[in-house]
Amino acid sequence: MKDILEKLEARRERARQGGGQARIDAQHKRGKLTARERIDLLMDKGSFEEFDMFVEHRATDFGMDKGQKIPGDGVVIGWGTVNGRTVFVFAKDFTVFGGSLSETHAQKIMKIQDMAMKARAPIVGLFDAGGARIQEGVAALAGYAEVFKRNVVASGVIPQISVIMGPCAGGDVYSPAMTDFIFMVKDTSYMFVTGPDVVKTVTNEIVTAEELGGASVHATKSSIADGAYDNDVETLLQMRRLIDFLPSSYSAGVPEWPSFDNIDREEMSLDTLIPDNPNKPYDIKELILKVVDEGDFFEIQAAFAKNIVTGFGRIAGRTVGFVANQPMVLAGVLDSDASRKAARFVRFCDAFEIPIVTFVDVPGFLPGTAQEYGGLIKHGAKLLFAYSQCTVPLVTCITRKAFGGAFDVMASKQIGGDVNYAWPTAQIAVMGAKGAVEIIFRADIGDADKIAARTKEYEEKFLSPFIAAERGYIDDVIMPHSTRRRIARALAMLRGKKAEMPARKHDNLPL
Amino acid sequence: MFKRILIANRGEIACRVIKTARRMGIETVAVYSDADRDALHVSMADHAVHIGPAPAAESYLVIEKIVAACKATGAQAVHPGYGFLSEREAFARALADAGIVFIGPNPVAIAAMGDKIESKKAAAKANVSTVPGHLGVIEDDAQAVKIAREIGYPVMIKASAGGGGKGMRIAHSESEVAEGFARARSEAKSSFGDDRVFIEKFIVNPRHIEIQVLGDKHGNIIYLGERECSIQRRNQKVIEEAPSPLLDEAMRKKMGEQAVALARAVGYDSAGTVEFVAGQDKSFFFLEMNTRLQVEHPVTELITGIDLVEQMIRVAAGEKLAIRQGDVKLSGWAVESRVYAEDPYRNFLPSTGRLTAYRPPAEGTHDGITVRNDTGVYEGGEISIFYDPMIAKLVTHAPTRIAAIDAQAHALDAFAIDGIRHNIPFLSELMHHPRWRDGRLSTGFIAEEFPEGFKQVAPDGERAQILAAVAAAIDLVQGERKRRISGQVVSRAVTRERRRSVWLGETQIELAVQREGNAIAVQFVEGGGEGRPLAVSSAWRPGEPVWSGTVGGKPVAMQVRMTVNGFALSYRGVEVKASVYTGREAAAARLMPVKAATGSGKSVLCPMPGLVRAIAVVEGQEVKAGETLAVVEAMKMENVLRAERDGVVKKIFARPGDSLAVDAVILEFA
Repeated sequence: MKDILEKLEARRERARQGGGQARIDAQHKRGKLTARERIDLLMDKGSFEEFDMFVEHRATDFGMDKGQKIPGDGVVIGWGTVNGRTVFVFAKDFTVFGGSLSETHAQKIMKIQDMAMKARAPIVGLFDAGGARIQEGVAALAGYAEVFKRNVVASGVIPQISVIMGPCAGGDVYSPAMTDFIFMVKDTSYMFVTGPDVVKTVTNEIVTAEELGGASVHATKSSIADGAYDNDVETLLQMRRLIDFLPSSYSAGVPEWPSFDNIDREEMSLDTLIPDNPNKPYDIKELILKVVDEGDFFEIQAAFAKNIVTGFGRIAGRTVGFVANQPMVLAGVLDSDASRKAARFVRFCDAFEIPIVTFVDVPGFLPGTAQEYGGLIKHGAKLLFAYSQCTVPLVTCITRKAFGGAFDVMASKQIGGDVNYAWPTAQIAVMGAKGAVEIIFRADIGDADKIAARTKEYEEKFLSPFIAAERGYIDDVIMPHSTRRRIARALAMLRGKKAEMPARKHDNLPL
Repeated sequence: MFKRILIANRGEIACRVIKTARRMGIETVAVYSDADRDALHVSMADHAVHIGPAPAAESYLVIEKIVAACKATGAQAVHPGYGFLSEREAFARALADAGIVFIGPNPVAIAAMGDKIESKKAAAKANVSTVPGHLGVIEDDAQAVKIAREIGYPVMIKASAGGGGKGMRIAHSESEVAEGFARARSEAKSSFGDDRVFIEKFIVNPRHIEIQVLGDKHGNIIYLGERECSIQRRNQKVIEEAPSPLLDEAMRKKMGEQAVALARAVGYDSAGTVEFVAGQDKSFFFLEMNTRLQVEHPVTELITGIDLVEQMIRVAAGEKLAIRQGDVKLSGWAVESRVYAEDPYRNFLPSTGRLTAYRPPAEGTHDGITVRNDTGVYEGGEISIFYDPMIAKLVTHAPTRIAAIDAQAHALDAFAIDGIRHNIPFLSELMHHPRWRDGRLSTGFIAEEFPEGFKQVAPDGERAQILAAVAAAIDLVQGERKRRISGQVVSRAVTRERRRSVWLGETQIELAVQREGNAIAVQFVEGGGEGRPLAVSSAWRPGEPVWSGTVGGKPVAMQVRMTVNGFALSYRGVEVKASVYTGREAAAARLMPVKAATGSGKSVLCPMPGLVRAIAVVEGQEVKAGETLAVVEAMKMENVLRAERDGVVKKIFARPGDSLAVDAVILEFA
């Protein structure tokens, strides 16, 4: 009997060795951890339970039946906890067949996807693999499709996070692309549909893998990645931090922990945040950091479309999504990239019942051919659409400019803002004074004195929050130093918010 | 007594004068420029008068505007603070002509001490010890050599009109005198348009010691002990103390009496300072007299218990000095640090901008230790480019010099400033410096001890242990809360290991940490075993910028700023990123490749279509990460482009006024 029990441990030990010590060493030499080491860092100590450890491929072509079979078949799956909360995981094991996807490998991923859906808990995929296992042909391709389908079915039900920690190419890229977040490891990961060799053959373009799809590209230019970190350890620890912000499913509600921060905390320094000169920028992140609990803010897409800031914070210990125009970059203007970035974030929050706080300082949409040719109308519409379809609590605070159509877009009262505040420094108008006066008083353009007088008149009349407040478009004008207290109160009041959209098959977001 | 006075100054000194005036029941009037609309001194004063644009030459330095402000508000007297108009004879006279009292010395005394050569002549006449030298104009090198021989080597050849080290030569021999004389003269001519030079004895390893004097309009003059200000960076005082570790009672009395003699000789009738240069052999020589309140006056106030501003106001109002020389008792020791908005790691470049955090240490007296912070700023305020970048003067007082230094070091640790760079790490490192602690000072201290400038200090010895213990305690507090998150699997509690690996930059420290009641016990792992437990206790909560508590019974304060997977800690001059890892995290982290911090790309691109407002660098210029490269205006907003890394500007493609498309190359690094 003892022999039989010991046999299990021996088989487990063999499976844990993956592709063997030489491959593990090679992985380490590249600055990367193995699949099991990664899972070990992601999960609470001793909490990971592995499934399908003994699964092997069943391929017979091209000598696969004669070659070595390695238990696990290039992917490690299972579940564990992150600070006590259930999380499912699959991690590609680069030391086994380069992490390539076979039929059985795909079946393992599907199994854990299905379990996560049943258990209604987040799933994290750790990618580091060489694509489809070519020897398996269409069986591998079919496997991909099964995984993709499950990604889509799970979308909006449970949070899905993809972490790219090595190569991720071809068929492998589309599963991450359909998840909620993609994070990358700088310098050791890349993601593309077709690699440098194919690119060279087809277009004669010579690029490196890093130039084509490194973290530096996807976190700043393509917006594929939501963030990038220096190495495996840093990345996995940040994933633990992110999971602490996320609900387990769309119906679970946001996680909560006891806050060390006082919800009545006043920040007198916010009274001087807005510079005297209306054309001087200021850092909207200072406002976010002084409003959230303990200054703890997890930014999403920090390096892309920096003219809008998106990310998670907490108020009174509960997760809140923040969207804020950033006057430091491009004056906080809304362009195509910023609109897409914020729209996707708003939809994630709405899907998972995370309340949204919006800080507005927007001079309008970015003019120009580049933007118009690039479809600014449709991209801007995505953000408008996303906010308009929200049923989560929406609290908005206008700090300075809210000009033109951008005022409407940024969670205005009319598109669904529940509580809309403005600072006394807010300027809510169709446009700034100079432009407005030059249109309204076109005849006076030659007369500098008259224009100056008209401008002053316009500024006094329109560039304040009070016209909007008089009409009830703004619920209250608040002192900047009381922003945290007021927002906390509004969110507390809105905790029981119930709003419904009419029955339909699904909406038709302007893609 | 006056009913209302005006303070013709700004910043901390204006605030400091207002505090005393308020205590005396006198109303105050502040003046302010455009840049100071929201300044602290304006909100503290009972009344405020706007006196023009930001540049001082168009506001704080315009005599007529100050006089007009007095008339408009009915201020009966003016306190000038220091700097600006404080030592302008014309200002004192203009006020007198307008029937307004100047809270400072009479114009004759100001004039008499205003000229370097004239003041030395007056000092010599009053039998004040002056540096041996020749005050007359020197005709040729032969005469120079003759004079030098009389004085004794080494000698210094100096431009009469000079300042800031220009036209200054030190000579150790006759040939050096001849050569130095010619060069000093030509430099003086080219720098100041005045080729007169003089020669005096050069004091080796000099110390800067000054005597505070106080006189009234009735001929009474006393001295209030000395201050030592030898810790200077490029002739700018950094740290001051009172008393001086060099002086004994006899020397103090001798210097004090000479200072009083000089003050009496010029009919001095307010607070003033007689500056001396002192040799390590306790010889001392008159340097100059400052006819105003000194920046560093608080150290004297703390050891004498006398409010100098109050005394200035009383004597200006015609009161007789109520303090006699015999009443002046020096008690304990006071140390002052000047906290500046400057980056100590980048050659002390001024750093301006918004103070996103400003939390000075608590003021007051506890257990014989006094902390005082004279400041003119507040959280959310602005450090403007127009004026002196001083943020605060942090002063500590204790029974002994070492206790005052330790109190200063602790207060600096508890001083949280963010949004701009500041010199607190440098000041903290100075407080840690053995030569400073021993009182072995000279005006060359900083140049000698920091010849390469100030660099990041690696954590060592006790500092490293305290940093590691606090980092582990912070991590424990955060970890405890993480385990209280909602939605946990019921069946299984998350286990916590005691062992941690604390990484302070490159330094790895192994320890065990666990809660023990209200405290946290930290045991360093030494030679495989765990050492004696160190109790770490603090009321710190996540989000607070300053951790303060005790480590092994010793009071500790340090700055805490969250970073990715860790926190930046700042303690006793050490600024370091701390990461607290479990065993398996540390093992994995050791496998991670070390990456050099690099910025992206060699070219600086225009981030948006816009108009180039300014290019802040020139080709060939060396720039540090964070330095301003260019300003681009778009959407009517100014965007400042900063260097992402250190480097040398190779080529500049854009010029101010250029209209650029997005991604147009503005400049390129080598």
